[in-house]
Amino acid sequence: MNALLQKHADEIQVILAKYPADKAGKRSGVMPLLYLAQREYGYITKQALREVAEICEITETEVTSIIGFYSLYYDQPSGKYRVQVCTDLPCALRGAEEFLEKLCENLGIKVGETTPDGLIKVEAVMCLAGCDKAPVFQLQSSEGLEYHENQTVDSALELINKLRQG
Amino acid sequence: MTDMAEYILLRHRDIPGLDQLETYRQNGGFEAWRKVVSKMDPADVTNEVKASGLRGRGGAGFPTGLKWSFIDEQSWPHYVVANADESEPGTFKDREILEFNPYQFLEGVAICAYAIMANDAYIYLRGEFWQIANKLDQCIAAMESAGFLGDKVFGTKTSLHLHTHLGAGAYICGEETALLESIEGNLGQPRLRPPFPPAFGIYGKPTIVNNVETLTNVPLIISRGAGWYKSTGTEKSPGPKIFSLSGCVNRPGNYELPLGTTFRELIFDHGRGIPEERKIKAIMPAGASSSMIIANDVALATPMDYESVPKLGAQLGSASVIVIDDSVSIPWLLNKTVHFFTHESCGKCTPCREGTYWMMHLTDRISQGKATMNDVLLLQDVANQIKGKCLCALGEFSIEAVLTGIERFPADFEAVTVKSNS
Repeated sequence: MNALLQKHADEIQVILAKYPADKAGKRSGVMPLLYLAQREYGYITKQALREVAEICEITETEVTSIIGFYSLYYDQPSGKYRVQVCTDLPCALRGAEEFLEKLCENLGIKVGETTPDGLIKVEAVMCLAGCDKAPVFQLQSSEGLEYHENQTVDSALELINKLRQG
Repeated sequence: MTDMAEYILLRHRDIPGLDQLETYRQNGGFEAWRKVVSKMDPADVTNEVKASGLRGRGGAGFPTGLKWSFIDEQSWPHYVVANADESEPGTFKDREILEFNPYQFLEGVAICAYAIMANDAYIYLRGEFWQIANKLDQCIAAMESAGFLGDKVFGTKTSLHLHTHLGAGAYICGEETALLESIEGNLGQPRLRPPFPPAFGIYGKPTIVNNVETLTNVPLIISRGAGWYKSTGTEKSPGPKIFSLSGCVNRPGNYELPLGTTFRELIFDHGRGIPEERKIKAIMPAGASSSMIIANDVALATPMDYESVPKLGAQLGSASVIVIDDSVSIPWLLNKTVHFFTHESCGKCTPCREGTYWMMHLTDRISQGKATMNDVLLLQDVANQIKGKCLCALGEFSIEAVLTGIERFPADFEAVTVKSNS
């Protein structure tokens, strides 16, 4: 039984219709389907990996290599929210590294760690194309991904408190 | 200051609500698309773009119309792929177009598709642009409802379907053949070329890959003509360009200016100069992939176009101008850019995969003040061994700042290295 296919039959059909109606086209569905699986389960479970492979008619090994290659796919559970701060050159020139450090200090964690309540993981990431509005981070959750720009430690903590209150 | 009389690309700054289909239409939107579909031959469209002198805005500056004319007419179907993978540190121009002027971009995609007789086009967005992809999906649906896309566009025989495809966090997918691999559901690793995409692109079919900004130029070239377009910019680099200004500058942001505007005007007039009255030290005109330019009077007086910047030993690239002031240590900076390229190397070519790794360790040591000048020479040596040995430009880009940084700012390295015992 393919749970992903059963639950999201219509959406999967819309995704696959973007690509040619042949074997190569089916394979093109792998990236959007991995996003779908990630949204469904919070991360890409072994089960979801098998289901995506089956729908796209490729091997589980191939799907595994794609998950490993692209940094926005996760095969392990983590904090419900990921706060991903850009620390690349243009942002670093505008204080992004100090921002990240102070944010983590306030949350009592190190960069790359998750808060003890299991809710917030803070990471440094590569350029987000928000260089003129640094410090900038993207907030990732199973609901999607949004940008937060021109941040201060206070504004970021305020957002995190809101997330904690649900 | 040579302010543009009107915005050509960032038209939403002149016209509020331009991201609404009706507002866009009321301001001349889709007229060019209607014109090509109902009155022009595909070859005439390509010729008009050729005559405009438009050059690719993704970084390489290749003539756009010429690229379109390379499409292989022996093999079908044809595809258009819009490169919205904008990931170069310092580049954030396409994002503004996509967020606020999406219909002009989509109209450009449509016109390109007509010119090369493609019925399907893909828009490849970096995974971080998830919100923008949702917005584009809505715009595409609105155009379909209005009869501007789908089967029988404007009631003619032309049909065109646009599709968004999200990447998932890989800088390398901005390289056009890696991008095509990624749409096909493979690892985003560059292909050996030739064959080039106009002969062998997505699914092995002829494909034109263009940058978002490039395509956004096209509707106005068609509606107002190549002659009008050429009245802006320089003879060999015509038209407007969006300069993404970032780093040590008072007013970072996107500035749409004629190609050929000087560095001084961009940084000091539009960008309002350097914070806290520090002094400008270096310029990186093409993001992290740039050579380091010494910001002297000659450099500041140089016009930013595809011909003049190379005279400073650098490239204009995507015109992502990162300003560096005298508080910044070049070894620290190189450590930043090298970390980026190490993380983003796709792993296919050994010189890039291993070379960036070793450059990372060397720049770690140098920037932490734990290295000797011999380590700097070793860094230079490793960089030179990457040079010219990789399938795509990523390896090449990773060494531009390293080599020019060491060559042009030697004092910065002397300041952080320890004396060798030998």
